[in-house]
Amino acid sequence: MKVFKKKGTAYVALFTALVFLFGVFASGCGGGDTQTADEDSIKVGVNFELSGEVATYGTSCKNGIMLAFEEVNEQGGVLGKKIEALVQDNKSQNREARNIAERLISDGVVAILGPAVTGAVQSEEPVATAAKVPILAPAATAPEVTFDEKTNKVKDFVFRVCIIDPDQSQVMANYIYDELGLKNGAIMVDKNNDYSVGLGETFKEFFTAKGGKIVAEEGFISTDTAFKPQLTSIAAKKPDFIYVPAYYNQVGLIVKQARELGIDLPFMGADGWDSPKLVELAGAENLNKCYFTNHYSVEDPSERIQNFIKAYEEKYNATPDAFAALGYDTAYLLVEAIKQAGEADSVKIQQALENIEGFEGVTGKLSYDEKHNPIKEISIIEVVDGKQKLIKKMQPDK
Amino acid sequence: MKKYLSTLIICLVLAVFFVVVQLGINNGFITGYWVTNLYLVGINVILASSLNLINGFTGEFSLGHAGFMAVGAYSGAIITANLGLPFPLAVIVGMLAAGLTGVLVGLPTLRLRGDYLAIATLGFGEIVRVVLMNIDYVGGASGLRDIPFVVNWPIIFFSVVLSLLLIRNFICSSHGRACLSVRENDLAAEMMGINITYYKVLAFVIGAALAGLAGVLYAHYYTVLQPRDFSFMLTFDVLVMVMVGGLGSLTGSVVGAVLITVASAFLQSIPELRMVIYALLLIISAVFRPQGLLGEKEVSLKILQKLGGVFNGAVGSKQTH
Amino acid sequence: MTDLLQQLLNGLSQGSIYALIAVGYTMIYGIIQLINFAHGDVIMVGAYVALGCALMGLGFIPSLAVAMLTCAILGVIIERVAYRRVRPVSRLAALTSAIGVSLFLEYTMMYFLGADIRTFPAGFFPERTYSLWGITINNKDLLVLGTTLVLVIILQYIIYRTRTGKAMRAVSFDGQAAQLMGVNVNSTVAITFFIGSAMAAAAGLLYGIYFNTVQPLMGLMPGLKAFIAAVLGGIGSVPGAMLGGILLGMTESLVAGFGGSMYRDAVAFIILILVLLIRPTGLLGKGVQEKV
Repeated sequence: MKVFKKKGTAYVALFTALVFLFGVFASGCGGGDTQTADEDSIKVGVNFELSGEVATYGTSCKNGIMLAFEEVNEQGGVLGKKIEALVQDNKSQNREARNIAERLISDGVVAILGPAVTGAVQSEEPVATAAKVPILAPAATAPEVTFDEKTNKVKDFVFRVCIIDPDQSQVMANYIYDELGLKNGAIMVDKNNDYSVGLGETFKEFFTAKGGKIVAEEGFISTDTAFKPQLTSIAAKKPDFIYVPAYYNQVGLIVKQARELGIDLPFMGADGWDSPKLVELAGAENLNKCYFTNHYSVEDPSERIQNFIKAYEEKYNATPDAFAALGYDTAYLLVEAIKQAGEADSVKIQQALENIEGFEGVTGKLSYDEKHNPIKEISIIEVVDGKQKLIKKMQPDK
Repeated sequence: MKKYLSTLIICLVLAVFFVVVQLGINNGFITGYWVTNLYLVGINVILASSLNLINGFTGEFSLGHAGFMAVGAYSGAIITANLGLPFPLAVIVGMLAAGLTGVLVGLPTLRLRGDYLAIATLGFGEIVRVVLMNIDYVGGASGLRDIPFVVNWPIIFFSVVLSLLLIRNFICSSHGRACLSVRENDLAAEMMGINITYYKVLAFVIGAALAGLAGVLYAHYYTVLQPRDFSFMLTFDVLVMVMVGGLGSLTGSVVGAVLITVASAFLQSIPELRMVIYALLLIISAVFRPQGLLGEKEVSLKILQKLGGVFNGAVGSKQTH
Repeated sequence: MTDLLQQLLNGLSQGSIYALIAVGYTMIYGIIQLINFAHGDVIMVGAYVALGCALMGLGFIPSLAVAMLTCAILGVIIERVAYRRVRPVSRLAALTSAIGVSLFLEYTMMYFLGADIRTFPAGFFPERTYSLWGITINNKDLLVLGTTLVLVIILQYIIYRTRTGKAMRAVSFDGQAAQLMGVNVNSTVAITFFIGSAMAAAAGLLYGIYFNTVQPLMGLMPGLKAFIAAVLGGIGSVPGAMLGGILLGMTESLVAGFGGSMYRDAVAFIILILVLLIRPTGLLGKGVQEKV
């Protein structure tokens, strides 16, 4: 009996070992392709921050995209097919952004729109590149999103619709130095946010290269609400202006608290300022003498922009911000690429995107340079009594 | 003899599971999204069981798991991404670094009483995050990028199995018994000649090192690390898994981690509701089952046998009718 | 020199906000030895209720009253549902439950009202800035500081001069003995939560006005900071909470004002850990004596 049992265990052990071996061999073999295309519709992934800390940007982008797809589908779709948007929320988390990209790709999307912020796009990029599905990022502004500086290679499957950080900070540096004639600046960045840090660093480079001086640099964290200590120490260094390239929810508080401290300096910023909430948070009179760079302006009289604003206000009962406009353009850019590709195939769409020339969007005319960055004009906007006023459009020097 | 048999059965089940999943991945039967979730389950099992070792078995309420995970993830990623050294070294360094941090944090703070310790460890986790945000070598707020993508199913599978084995053997050893005695009554334990600080710190360090392992796996799967990935919400997620599975139940932690990860995947489209459900789970388990939803019981073959017996009995009784 | 004074003043106003929150925190801890993790989120609920009143056109005082009453009831419900059963069983289960309540309030609010920042309507609280020798102070600062002082005095009066206060001190000293002496422990704890949560609502409204923001996660960080302030001042001691809050605010302000803004939160947590290790009773705590 004993011997038999021992034999039994030996067999079991042998079997286990065999199964393991088999598994290890199996892991060496390749996988098959099981995706099948749906004939009636073109599936597009929409992966955005609909909850969590940057939910407002993601939601705006998504609203812009959905408006555009609705318009396209009303006019009969593209290549005779309707567009089916698979909307997913990545909770403002990089890991979720990637999980969702996986999910969308296994659902058979031809392209992924989003997410909004840089880190999330970078997290999903390896997945999309491996599956050869193009990403269209409406608002990821960091240069590294589309271009790897270490290997000097373009990320073939990532395209963006927004202008990149250095272009924005350069235009603002030029405007401040040349046109406003201010020479001594202070910088205050959100250290928790790579977008803000990136803009701050490049602004400093451009501004000092022109001969300007940065007399104070301060930081804060996105969750901060009290900025008076930093503002007090900035004011002590007597700058002519304060550059705060951060999102509106902090900028609003910063400007308000600065005015409470009696600091009457002009504030400058970037596209993260663009939201109706900014005026609510800071108060209209406090925002006078504030300027920011943006992709477009709601005050722009061009017909394309005004039609978009009207349609958006009708659908969502709100004024679109820059994120909504970028989302809207991203969706139309994809539609254009599908048309030019002549087929809803992700690789062909990628090729069509590479060759896009002079695409007319709400946020300007778009062509891609060799690093997949759009060459576009940048609007400089002044806030006057709580209303945005378009000062001028500038091209970054190349 | 029976003991060997049950061990073998477990091995066999694990082996079959391993192979079936591996085949599924290779044949594209398990799609990319579910592969991600599978890996996430693995990482969460390690996190939950190691937090349970501290909170459930030793009775020290730690909320610093996100911090230890961050330490492991970052130090592992420095090894591969910044220094270009191989992945196994990253695992070792990540675990050592997290374990060492465990010693540094544990030695002073473990003197604190339960809820003070909870807040102090929570504070530690936040300090780690703020410090990482200020170190340019690891990318500051924008984080570490281009970490090599190494993690695959065998790595996850064996990490999980080995971690669980380590914790199980620790609990069943005399060290583990000492830890349990510290949890039940530290004064009595001390009277019995048990060096309670030693055992508290020991369990704390093992838990921290395993959290570090989870961090290394996380880093080499997601390939991007940012300090804000490791906020205390992550610790709360793990805490939910532990509470659902049962404080002081290893198999419970596994079940909890699997349930919560899968539930979270299904609740993707309604994230606020997901958190509301988590919150309710925490309250309900704390109020009605302070030892966790599954309590301290372990799921073992014996229970299965019992269940089988009941089932057979039921079937049998039906047949007689 | 004016800079330093201005920084200290910034710290004082920031600190009085911490103090305002910490006062309620410390009172609840003093009675039942439970870290009411959800205290910060009761503040958030209070701010939302006050905001709702303000949007319906109610004035400052009526909004404050409605918010305080709502939160007081909410506090009693939280205690009844989430804490009463667990408190005697296990402190850790109670803490877990408190974390659950905190998450529940945050995400229920987010589910129904969204994550957007909201602001009080312009003119709800007319703001004024005073300037003196190069130092500026806002009437909001004075309001917060004044409210905190008044609350501390009222609380000290309730605790040391009323029958309820006597019962609270008795429960805090020894719950079982108090029960034997005829104190109704459950209702005393409920009253504590009633008062503590009403104060949280007041803090919420003032916080909302002070920073002009109301959002679902607004209570999280201030709640933690207030806890640190309470520990620093000696947890359970009401004047201690005020002292601790102001000290913490000033420390943070000096750290942030002189180049360490990134480490502001870390410094607060380091203070917490140091106090716990070196002097767990805090500045004004007196061991296990009368702590309320």
